[in-house]
Order: sequence, then structure tokens, then C-alpha cells
Amino acid sequence: MPTLTLIQAVNDGLHTSMKEDPSVHVFGEDVAKKGGVFLATENLETEFGTERCFNTPLSEDGIIGTAIGMAMNGLRPVAEIQFQDFIFPAFDQIVSEAAKLRYRSGGQYTAPMVIRTPYGGGIRGGLYHSQSGEAYFCHTPGLKVVIPSTPYDAKGLLIASIADPDPVLFLEPKALYRSVKGEVPEGHYTVDLSTTRDVREGGDVTVFCYGAMVPVCTKAAESAAEGGIETHVVDLRTLLPLDEEAVLDAVKRTGRVVVVHEAPRFCGFGAEISAMIAEHAIEYMEAPVIRVTGFDTPFPNTLEHHYMPDHRRVLDAIEHVYNF
Amino acid sequence: MKATEPLQVIDSKGGVNGYDPGLSEDELMHCYRTMLAVRAFDAICLKLQRSGRIGFSIPNEGIEATQVGAASAMKKTDWIFPSYRDFGMALYHGVKPVDMMHNMFGNASDNSRGRQMPVHFTFVEPIKFVSISSPIGTHLPQAVGAAFAAQRRGEDMVALCSFGDGGTSSLGFHSALNFAGVWKAPVVFLCQNNGWAISCPAEEQTASDGFAIKADAYGMPGVVVDGNDLLAVRKAVVEATEAARAGKGPTLIEAKTFRMGGHSTSDDPSGYVPKEVFDEWRKKDPIKRFETYLAASGLWTPEKRAELEKEVDAEVSAAAKDAQAVGPPPLETVFSDVYAEIPAHIRAQGQAAFDLATRKGDAQSGGGEFPL
Amino acid sequence: MTIVDSTSEIREQYLGADGAVTSELPDYDDAWLRDIFVHLLRVRCVDQRMLKLQRSGRIGFVGSMLGQEAAMIGTAAALRRQDWMWSGLREGGAALMRGLPLSEYVAQMYCNSNDTAKGRQMCNHFQHKDSNYPSWSSVIGTQIAHGVGAAFAAKRKGVDEVHAVYFGDGATSSNPFHSAMNFAGVWKAPVVFVCVNNGWAISVPASQQTAQPDYARKAAAYGMPGVTVDGNDVLACCEASKALVERASAGHGPALLVVNTYRLMGHSSSDDPTKYRDADEVDSWEKRDPIARYKKFLETRGLLAEGEADTIEASLLAEIDSTVHAEEAAQPMPLKSLVEDVYADVPRHLRAQYNEFLRVAERFGDAQRGDGAFPL
Ligand SMILES: Cc1ncc(C[n+]2csc(CCOP(=O)(O)OP(=O)(O)O)c2C)c(N)n1
Ligand SMILES: Cc1ncc(C[n+]2csc(CCOP(=O)(O)OP(=O)(O)O)c2C)c(N)n1
Ligand SMILES: [Mg+2]
Ligand SMILES: [Mg+2]
Repeated sequence: MPTLTLIQAVNDGLHTSMKEDPSVHVFGEDVAKKGGVFLATENLETEFGTERCFNTPLSEDGIIGTAIGMAMNGLRPVAEIQFQDFIFPAFDQIVSEAAKLRYRSGGQYTAPMVIRTPYGGGIRGGLYHSQSGEAYFCHTPGLKVVIPSTPYDAKGLLIASIADPDPVLFLEPKALYRSVKGEVPEGHYTVDLSTTRDVREGGDVTVFCYGAMVPVCTKAAESAAEGGIETHVVDLRTLLPLDEEAVLDAVKRTGRVVVVHEAPRFCGFGAEISAMIAEHAIEYMEAPVIRVTGFDTPFPNTLEHHYMPDHRRVLDAIEHVYNF
Repeated sequence: MKATEPLQVIDSKGGVNGYDPGLSEDELMHCYRTMLAVRAFDAICLKLQRSGRIGFSIPNEGIEATQVGAASAMKKTDWIFPSYRDFGMALYHGVKPVDMMHNMFGNASDNSRGRQMPVHFTFVEPIKFVSISSPIGTHLPQAVGAAFAAQRRGEDMVALCSFGDGGTSSLGFHSALNFAGVWKAPVVFLCQNNGWAISCPAEEQTASDGFAIKADAYGMPGVVVDGNDLLAVRKAVVEATEAARAGKGPTLIEAKTFRMGGHSTSDDPSGYVPKEVFDEWRKKDPIKRFETYLAASGLWTPEKRAELEKEVDAEVSAAAKDAQAVGPPPLETVFSDVYAEIPAHIRAQGQAAFDLATRKGDAQSGGGEFPL
Repeated sequence: MTIVDSTSEIREQYLGADGAVTSELPDYDDAWLRDIFVHLLRVRCVDQRMLKLQRSGRIGFVGSMLGQEAAMIGTAAALRRQDWMWSGLREGGAALMRGLPLSEYVAQMYCNSNDTAKGRQMCNHFQHKDSNYPSWSSVIGTQIAHGVGAAFAAKRKGVDEVHAVYFGDGATSSNPFHSAMNFAGVWKAPVVFVCVNNGWAISVPASQQTAQPDYARKAAAYGMPGVTVDGNDVLACCEASKALVERASAGHGPALLVVNTYRLMGHSSSDDPTKYRDADEVDSWEKRDPIARYKKFLETRGLLAEGEADTIEASLLAEIDSTVHAEEAAQPMPLKSLVEDVYADVPRHLRAQYNEFLRVAERFGDAQRGDGAFPL
């Protein structure tokens, strides 16, 4: 089985879907000859032609708005937004249109499409090449929000997202693009949306995370194990719709929970997990839920390593809930 | 896209057909020196980036005349809403290279306190050079708003708003030009058509016959100029600012020029820009073009260039050295300037971060208490 | 005005305000000319009935089409069966012409259980899948991008479909107008952009909307032709639209058609236009009434006998009334529709939310038969 980086797995996933399904069209800014600024779409234009993989003018609103029309009329658009930070001109089309079309038309019209975009910090991108905007979109019924953290999942989830009957926002942790490698089967396979992945087993503390925080949490769990604390690390990988049963089961097994994300804390995804625990599993809890997150500030540049949760901050939280 | 003949002032022999640029000899030489300074600043940034001392830079070679010509038309009371490629506008108005270098290093002396990426400058002195935001097109409506405010408050101010060919597809372009047209706001929209938006050629950016024609959709005049001809750019911008000051409203200027490098230090243009195109544009070098004019006016010799280059090289090298010696901004800068006052929840987060950093031993000097 | 070599010249007007022919007419079939009259009149009758229902509190909201009937019917009459119509607020009458059953129209105005949108949209947001008339969201301009994307898809699939995208003068300021016109130009997508310039965007007149009041000139910014016609001349609207549909269908790309007309009523049933516009202006446009003009034309041609229009109107009103009666008796909307169609399948968290809601609804006696819980 080939060993690929996460970005190569994304490329492989796009390739596989385009080969299988001629209605799949990949487009966005700089995706054609250049192959995308991160090279996620490298060689797709050469292989499938400019008909299937093409550049658009510099308008995210245009990219997503037209993608909706394409989806309504029988194509399967896979649109790239160059950085998640630049998705906001298309916020209207995503939130008010793609996510609501099925509902408002009583199921007569739908917009099955994938919006791929790199998100998160770790590349010295400052305020506008680093954001984690998942919470804005998780507040949007009708949308699915998927975040892989391994090459295997990236390809399998992407193929599943492209085949999904609903619009999917596919957030790619750019910090992991080239820093993680893993075995990826050739050809078609899928990973089901709305399932979680157990990264590491442990009976003392549960850590929920996703995207670029998965390796951070894994490292923290390993350090905790050296001190005798066994941590169950759960990669949520689909935030919406979330596999609530799996989350609550994991909570009940330890009663000690840490939630980790890069995005700011206030109204972040960790708040949803905490609320869910308060509503459905309070009687199992041995310690308060701790969130380890980005600060409630914009994303800095020079000091980004202080902004992003690192394994020591996570370890600190694991020890805190364990010793509570 | 059909070619619309751009306005030119400097002819092939350096003549200007009687045009009076309205600049003293000193001012002309200042334009020239600024272009050399832009090139020197650009070159040293590329070097710093390649050697890993800064993370990123934006090549400027080839577009110096557009920036400097436009800047030369603006008064100190005017505002500049720049794009990330507008080093020259700041330098022309007297921003010190070292103050730009602080931003390139994201150090403690950086005006934006290391929060922004390199080339995202912000200055209030000696001219309003408004903090650059990476999302394309967002500054256009802001320029219109600022100009509108000046108009309402009776201030003599014109906003120069600069963006690229790619920027014309942004939402900000449409809203801003539409609003400026309706409000007759004193704005000069400068579209620097450098042929490319990263890897997207201008022909694939729009089906219109050039970019200046878009002005008509908003009821304002559109002008095409040769962006490598400093005096042509200056002429167009001077006329546009005069119209704006006279209450006649905005103008869209398309300056046709060429990006002689990649989009940024992270980009390799050889995969999408044919080499011949670079060769062709190299012949149209804007600095050489201006030299023909200066020479024809008896202001230039090759020795003069060598002398000025030496000066500006020394200046930017010293700036780089000085900026590199300044340390990173303190941790508290992550938490300040989010709001006018730091709210309790951010203060608590800052305190926790500070405590943890202290324990880990990577906090900056400054005691145990979060200093804000 | 010549558009491209492949189309005939587009005339701004065929019929003068008095219904007299001002320009040589194409060869029309008499029956077709009469049909157009019925379509125009139906729009007006439906519109007036809906306003009455709104005033008596039976339905919540109407975006009146009064005065714009010719703009809508004329341009849409040029569309072929396979073409799509992407509407804004005021094109429901054209949907009726293209095949939307009157019962579905009325059901949508009642937002009742016969509404194909399951009562989720507010009134006056029609759809009809069979005639390629998608559902509009209320967000101004968004449909412009969808139409362009769908036209692009048609081109890629190699099917001959033209997408007529309707929007108002106000929508020319919206984001998708800019993005989608630009994309359509670059892609040479088979689109006819129909800008229904009715003079107003709620209370904002053209002079405050743009400094380029000649909306057709906005087309050049996207490298496409722009054409203006008298929107109260149903034949001029139809001919212009037909020429641009043919042009798009032949692969020559998109065009912008501006139809100048006037919104005689308020923006909607919730708006009082006397606060912001002169009665004189309204009067002057009432004199240019598109239906009266067309009626005179037909009468002069001997295609409509004295009193015949009244008979047609009476039968249209009778049909509308009986449809309204039937729709008033519709069943209430099943509660489950609250959480259905958010996704292809109802996900677990929505099933759980619904079941919890239902428990309370049942406790207080609000649930109907058939509102049972979801299996979790
Ligand atoms: C809203 C938004 N989308 C995408 C980007 C990524 N991006 C940065 S520069 C650029 C191209 C800009 O081209 P142009 O406007 O012609 O300016 P130039 O770089 O040529 O000066 C793109 C696509 C961005 N910064 N903002
Ligand atoms: C994005 C957005 N902004 C504001 C509104 C509120 N609104 C509804 S209709 C309308 C005016 C539309 O004018 P125009 O496009 O000329 O269409 P008309 O109503 O005249 O047919 C406004 C402002 C809206 N629906 N969507
Ligand atoms: Mg450019
Ligand atoms: Mg209107």
C-alpha cells in the first residue's frame, strides 16, 4: 500500500472520484496549471482536461454560487476555496443557499457539492491564513462539516463527501498537509461520515479533538501515559452531523473530559460538546470538562505557537481533570 | 480581450511631447530614487526569505513606476488604501525602510506588533497608509467610506485605493465602485493590471475589453495607462485627484504593467508564465524608461544611478540589520488590541497563557503577573 | 441595435402606448397572440385576488406584479420547454404560463400542506420543477449565480438549455450580479440575464442605486452585450428575449436584457409607497398600462371582440376563486416536516430533537395524527 502525505491523499481522493464519476468537476482559484497553492489539485488538469479542472475568476461568492447551480443541474462540483479565511465572501451562498435549498424546496432541489478548503494555523500565516472557522458552519443546519486528520481518512472521507447527497464543507488541516504520512489504499474506498475514530485507547481521561489537534493530543496522551494516566483520544472527524452516541459513550467510560480545538473558545465546538455532556451525561462526570483552545483573539503571526494549543497545554488539562 | 491603447507620456527617446509633470528636479529625482529603493528593498527581502530569516515576501520588480507615479500625485493629507504589493507608495511618502522591515520580521517594533504576515504594513505617519488585509477586495469599500466621511466633514482628502486585476472580480470592487459612483466620493481606484492573479491570467479573469471599461458600469470615467511609464501614471492620477477634489467623483485607472517575479516567495511562475513573456516585459523596465526621460532632461547619468543604488542598498541593508536585532513582540500582544479594553475572559486566558509560558520557561521577561 | 451576426436586430418597441404598431411586426400566429393576452390577464387577476386575500388576513404577504405583466410574460414566452427560469419575487405569473398549476400557486400563497415547498418559505416564493422553475430564496441576487452555474452544467453536458435569470434593478448592486455576470462572460454560459427595471428597489429609486442608470451598459463590464426594451410592450419583450435565447443557444454566450417597466403597487403588501414617491409618476405609468395597450392592439387587429376581455376575465376569476376555496380546506402541515429535508435522511440529532418536541406537543394536545416519533 502506498504511503502518502495528507495532501497527496486529498489529491488521490479527487483523482479517484473524478475517474469514477464524470460529473465531478474541480474548480477554484489557481487549481488548474498551478495545481492549487498547496498542490492539492496537482495534475488533475493534465489528466482530466480543462473541462473538468479549471480556474475561476477571483470570487469566492461566484465559485460557490455557481457550484450550487451546477449541482442543481446534474454536475457534482468540488470547489476549492484557497484558504478558509477567504470563504466569507461566499458565506451567504453557503449558509443561505446551499444549506437551505433542499429544505426550502421541500426536497425538490438539492445542492450536493463539496467545498474543500485548507484551514488552521501553523504556517505563519497571520490573521488571514490561519483561521479555524468550523463553528460558523456547524451552526448551519443542512450543511455537513468534515475534518480529516490522517491521509487514510482524508481520502476516504473526501470520496464519501463527494458522493454524499448534501453539501459538505471539507476542512483540511493545512498544518498536517505534509507533516503526517500514512498508508492509503489505491483506488476507491470510503470512510463513513458522522463516525468518530479512536486514535488511542485509555480508561482514565477522554480527549475529543479533530484536525491538526489530533497529533498534538496524541503526543499529550503519550506524555500522560508516562505519568500513569491512560487517555482515550477521539478524533471527531465529522463535526456535523456529529456521532453523538459515540461521543457520549466515550464520555461515560471515563467521566473526565478534555476538548481541544485551535479555534477561539467562546461559542466554539468545545462548547457544544460540553453542553451535550451537561445535558446527557452529567451523572457520569468525575471532573469538570476542560477546553483547551485558541484564545478569544484574532490569530497572531509571530506568536502563533503560543496561540495554538500545544501538547503541554493539553497535558496540563489531562492532568487537571485526572487529579480533580 | 481587445487591447485599448494605454496613455503614454514618455516616448522611446525620453521625450514627453511638451507635457509638464509639475515636479521640481528634486521631486523627479525623488521619484527615481524611490523606484531604486523599492527594487533594493524587494531584493533584500527575497534574500532574507531564501535564507530563512523572514517567512514571506511579495516581489515588486516591474511595477515600481505604477506605485511611485501614483503616490507622487497624492498629498500628505490624502489616504492610501494599498494592496500588499505597494511598497513604493509608502517609501515615496517617507516611510522609513526600517519601519517596513520591522513588519517583515514581525518583531516587537512592528506597528502591527507581529500580528500580521510580512508585507502587511500599516502607517499613520507621514501619510495614512491603511493597514493591509489579506482578503482581496475588502479595502475598496473602506476607501469609499473614508472618502465619503472626509467629504461630509469638509476635509480636503482623496483616497487612493490600489488593487490588482484579480481584485476586480471581488465583491468589494463591485460594491465600492457602485457606492462611490452614487455618492460621488473622492476616490481614485487604481487597478494594477500586472497580467496575473497568481496563476490566473487577466484574460481568464474577465471577458470584458480590459478593466478600465468596467468604470462605465458605475457611471464613472475609466482610463488606461501604461503602468511602466511613471509620468503617464502620474498624469492620470493627478487628473483623477483633481476631479475628485472638485466634487466630480471617482475615477477608475487601469495601469497596465507586469509582475516580473512570482506571485510571492511561495510561488514559482515558471509553470504558468511563458519565459518569452518575461523577456518581452524585461525590455519595458520602468526604471530604464524613466531614466531615458531624466537623461533627456539632463538629470541622469549611469554614475548617478550607481551612486543612488549604493545609497539605497546601504539604507535597506542597515534597515534589515536593525530589524533583525529586535526581538519578538511580548506575549501580551496576543491579547491586547482585540477591543479597546481587554475584557475579563481574554484577560483570564492571557493570564493562564502567561503562567504556562512561565512554567515552560518560554515567556518573555516581565514578572509573573500578566502585565495588562 | 445589432447583437451578433446570428440574430436579427432587436427593436426597443413594437407597440406604442396607445396600442398602435410602431414597428413592422414579425409574423405572428393569431391564436398565439390571443393566448398571450390570456396569460397577461391571468397574472393580473391572480395578483388582484391575492392582494384581496392578504387584506382580509387570509394570506400573509404578496409581492404585487401589477404593471409588470408584459415584462414577465413577454420575456418568458420566448423560452422553450427545456429552458430554465430563475426567478426573483415577481415572476410567479410567468410560472403559471410555463405550467405551474394554479392550485400549487395558491397553495404556496397559503403555505399549506399542498405547497410543494411544504410551507417552509414565506408567501410568493414559487417553484415548479416540471417546468424548470427553481425555488428562490429571499436573498436578493443569489439566484443569478445559480442560474449561471446551471447554464454552465448544461453546456458541459452538451444539452441545449438556455437559462433565463430574472432579477430587479436593485439586484444589480448585489454581489452575485457581479460575480455571476463575470463568470458567465468568461465561461460563455448560455444565459439570458433579464433585469426587470421597475424603477424602484422598495423605496430606493434608480438614481440612488447606481450612477449608471442605463443598466444595459453594465453588460460591457463583463464582455457581453446589453439590450434595453420597453417592458410594457409584450411583443418587444418577447422578440428581444427570443433573439438572446437563440444567441445563447447557438453558443454565443450570455447577454443582458433590461426591460424597463414600473411597479404600480408598493414593494409588497407590507409597503406604503405614497411615503416615498409622487402620485404623478405613478399616474404617468398607469397610462402606459401594458395590458390595456395590448388589448387595443388585439382589438385593432380584430383578434378580440368587444366585451370578450370581460368574459375571459370572468372565467379566470371563477377558476381562481374555486382554487382558493379548495386550498382553504387543505390539511395542516405535518409536524415532521419541521425536521425533514434538512439532509437527505433525517440525522439522529434531528430525530431526537423532534421526538422531544413531540413529547411536549402531545402533552399540550398540539400534535396531529401522523405526527409520530422517529425511531432513534
Ligand atoms: C478573498 C481572497 N481570495 C483569495 C485570496 C488569495 N490570493 C491572494 S493574492 C491573489 C491574487 C491577486 O491577484 P491580483 O488582484 O491581480 O493582484 P496581484 O497579486 O497581481 O498584485 C489571490 C487569489 C485572497 N487573498 N483573498
Ligand atoms: C440581500 C438582501 N438585502 C435586502 C433584502 C430586502 N429586500 C427585499 S426586496 C428588496 C428590493 C429589491 O429591489 P429590486 O431588485 O429592484 O426588485 P423589485 O422588488 O423591484 O422587483 C430589498 C432591499 C433582501 N431580500 N436581500
Ligand atoms: Mg494581478
Ligand atoms: Mg426594482
